[in-house]
Amino acid sequence: MSKHLTRRGLIKTGVIGGAGLAVPTIFTGAANAFTNEPAGGTVTLGFNVPQSGPYADEGADELRAYQLAVEHLNGEGDGGMLNTFSSKALEGNGILGKKVEYVTGDTQTKSDAARASAKSMIEKDGAVMITGGSSSGVAVAVQGLCQEAGVIFMAGLTHSNDTTGKDKKANGFRHFFNAYMSGAALAPVLAAQYGTDRKAYHLTADYTWGWTQEESIKAATEALGWETVNTVRTPLAATDFSSYITPILQTDADVLILNHYGGNMVNSLTNAVQFGLRDKMVNGKQFEIVVPLYSRLMARGAGENVKGIFGSTNWHWSLQDEGSKAFVKSFGTKYGFPPSQAAHTCYVQTLLYADAVQRAGSFNPCAVGEALVGGDSSIEGIDSPANKGYLFDGLGNGQVLYRAADHQCFKDVLVVKGKDNPTSEFDLLEVVEQTPVQQVWYEPDNPMFAGGNLGSCNAGA
Amino acid sequence: MLGLKKKDLTLLGVVAALVIFAPFILNPFPADSAMAQFNAGYPDLMQRFVIFGIFAIGFNILFGLTGYLSFGHAAFLGVGSYSAVWMFKLLSMNVIPAIILAVIISGLFAMLIGFISLRRSGIYFSILTLAFAQMSFNLAYSVLTPITNGETGLQLTLEDPRVLGETATSSGGIPVTNFFGLEMRATETLNLGGWSFQFNAGYYLCALIMMIAFYISIRIFRSPFGLMLRAVKSNQTRLNYTGLNTRPYTLAAFVISGMYAGLAGGLMASMDPLAGAERMQWTASGEVVLMTILGGAGTLIGPVLGAGFIKYFENIFSKINENVLHQWFHALPDGIETPLVWVAEHFVGSGWHLTLGLLFMLVVTFLPGGLVEGGQRIGRLVRRRGESKKATQSTPAE
Repeated sequence: MSKHLTRRGLIKTGVIGGAGLAVPTIFTGAANAFTNEPAGGTVTLGFNVPQSGPYADEGADELRAYQLAVEHLNGEGDGGMLNTFSSKALEGNGILGKKVEYVTGDTQTKSDAARASAKSMIEKDGAVMITGGSSSGVAVAVQGLCQEAGVIFMAGLTHSNDTTGKDKKANGFRHFFNAYMSGAALAPVLAAQYGTDRKAYHLTADYTWGWTQEESIKAATEALGWETVNTVRTPLAATDFSSYITPILQTDADVLILNHYGGNMVNSLTNAVQFGLRDKMVNGKQFEIVVPLYSRLMARGAGENVKGIFGSTNWHWSLQDEGSKAFVKSFGTKYGFPPSQAAHTCYVQTLLYADAVQRAGSFNPCAVGEALVGGDSSIEGIDSPANKGYLFDGLGNGQVLYRAADHQCFKDVLVVKGKDNPTSEFDLLEVVEQTPVQQVWYEPDNPMFAGGNLGSCNAGA
Repeated sequence: MLGLKKKDLTLLGVVAALVIFAPFILNPFPADSAMAQFNAGYPDLMQRFVIFGIFAIGFNILFGLTGYLSFGHAAFLGVGSYSAVWMFKLLSMNVIPAIILAVIISGLFAMLIGFISLRRSGIYFSILTLAFAQMSFNLAYSVLTPITNGETGLQLTLEDPRVLGETATSSGGIPVTNFFGLEMRATETLNLGGWSFQFNAGYYLCALIMMIAFYISIRIFRSPFGLMLRAVKSNQTRLNYTGLNTRPYTLAAFVISGMYAGLAGGLMASMDPLAGAERMQWTASGEVVLMTILGGAGTLIGPVLGAGFIKYFENIFSKINENVLHQWFHALPDGIETPLVWVAEHFVGSGWHLTLGLLFMLVVTFLPGGLVEGGQRIGRLVRRRGESKKATQSTPAE
């Protein structure tokens, strides 16, 4: 025993051990003020989109838009909507002088996979902002994660009322419109086209977006005199809807409302047309199909079947304002075809985030959030204490308000119709009406949005 | 020691060393190098490694020992997750009650499903478990929406009661999961030169629990009970003819295995308080079968290796995009680069399934015993070479 334990040996080990214990404290750098504070000359953004599953098409287009946005922010390409954006804070030299880099991930349209992917972006790649999502379920899940982790979440294509309703979070922001707005814009057009004594049958994607979409369009059409015969939920992963279509033939419904999106809608609409629903006469009226949320990608997927079918959309590439034209031009130059509404909202969200950071002068999520929805501007013609936030223009939707009360954007909504005589494979939808923002406005405490709480912003670390 | 033979003790020691030093082992490349893409040493993935390790260890107790191929094990994982999240919502954010409830509920659930499914064996058993799992998935997905919140997944909100905790923190956020005050997300970062190693509290809790789970699994493998389960695998009919009722043994194995899955589910929820229905989908059940077979069914360490292998691919390969590929190959002339990137991009990003499928095929064809067999073969090769070297070395005369 004494042979091994000498005074000298003890001191030696003590010193070495002490040094070993001290090493971590020497090397762990100064604590950051917030999660993933960008160090060095670059800043990393995380683009989390579905690359597989029913929304893969939308995801691919979103990714293209993000890459374009990064180019424009870094001063490459033609600048796109940076030139038409009402805020001139961005200079085309990155964000706050830092070059923008990005990482991508596959959400698989599953909350679990999306969260894992977002976590790896935050923990491994040091992303300071996460954006994307083509499913509201995923958006809600990732938004919750970003709130916990202390980074900003800029929602991509998410249309559920819940994203900025009962599941809203202080660190989450949405530019896209929502189910309520779709219903409010679409219902008057439907009533004008099809009359006020219709009987509607709903097929609904069985998740948060489908539920709120169904609720919204049901409320809006019923207010105009329509009757709801039945509402049926279909699984998100379903690819064949025949078994859901046949029961419709047994009812006296004369309108089918497809609360489906992406691949779901393409399949259910194709099935419905195959079963001859569109040629049917019920109650002496022509049977009609309505798709509340429309996109060009879906129209292309469904081909011939979309002709004459009404729906609503956030943005369409045929719009003739300066912002839209600039965006379509740079997107078309790079990829050879016009962007979808998913691409548009993702591009805009990236620009809005960069602009907010620039104006705030910091990447701190709390400061950025303040800049994104701060300010006292308001939309004309709406008398409400909630009509307050950050007002901008030139990003393709005309004047838009980022409302401070729930981090939701308010802007005009487009009602579109499948074109009868398309001139090209991209020219599939025509804009029937641009519903003014005043008509789709709602108060933050609207029952369809109630129950949530923004909480306070979290900067993490 | 610990009632283990020397060989098992060494194995336990090796696994312990691997999980303790995982933050170093999994981060071999400096953070700003081009190879950093392949680093896996960040908390979320390390947690997944050990959690799915637990899941696969449990599955192996059933499949590896008794040969009963359950195709519905993800259901227990999901049940465990839901129980844990409900515990966070109702009781407190401490992970211990959540994990305990997860294990108990999934054990009861396994008892119920096992009691019915184990009346049949072979393919009929597999189909029955698959049917039950799919039923649970559909229940969670739409029918039981008030309990499971459907497709969106069960999440914590600012309105949860949390009897033994606070509903919201003083700053207005949702409190985080903790182990008697130690936050699961607490991470200490050690920057050594260009490397940055992350030590996460949640990971080490999971690692500790996995070591316990692994130890219990070794004890089961070496026990008379384990021997009986192996006998069931080799010839159940003969056992029945000798007058033995095998049902209690197989049921016990099924329940233990289900509890392991529930434990894994509870831990997943503890690390990230969200439970989604897709955790119970049949693809998730298939994944654990893949993990076990890929690593080596019936071996102790195999399932853990398989779990790590699959999770690595899922999380690392899926994040390589076209842009990254262009960076790798940018030294090549355009004529070669573009087709090379075109080919490669089908195997990374969303195409990671393809790469995994190819590797799985290769492993099953050439290494039927899984990765463990590969390791053994290499080991034998090295030993044989060592021996032959020894043989040629003539010992000099004294």
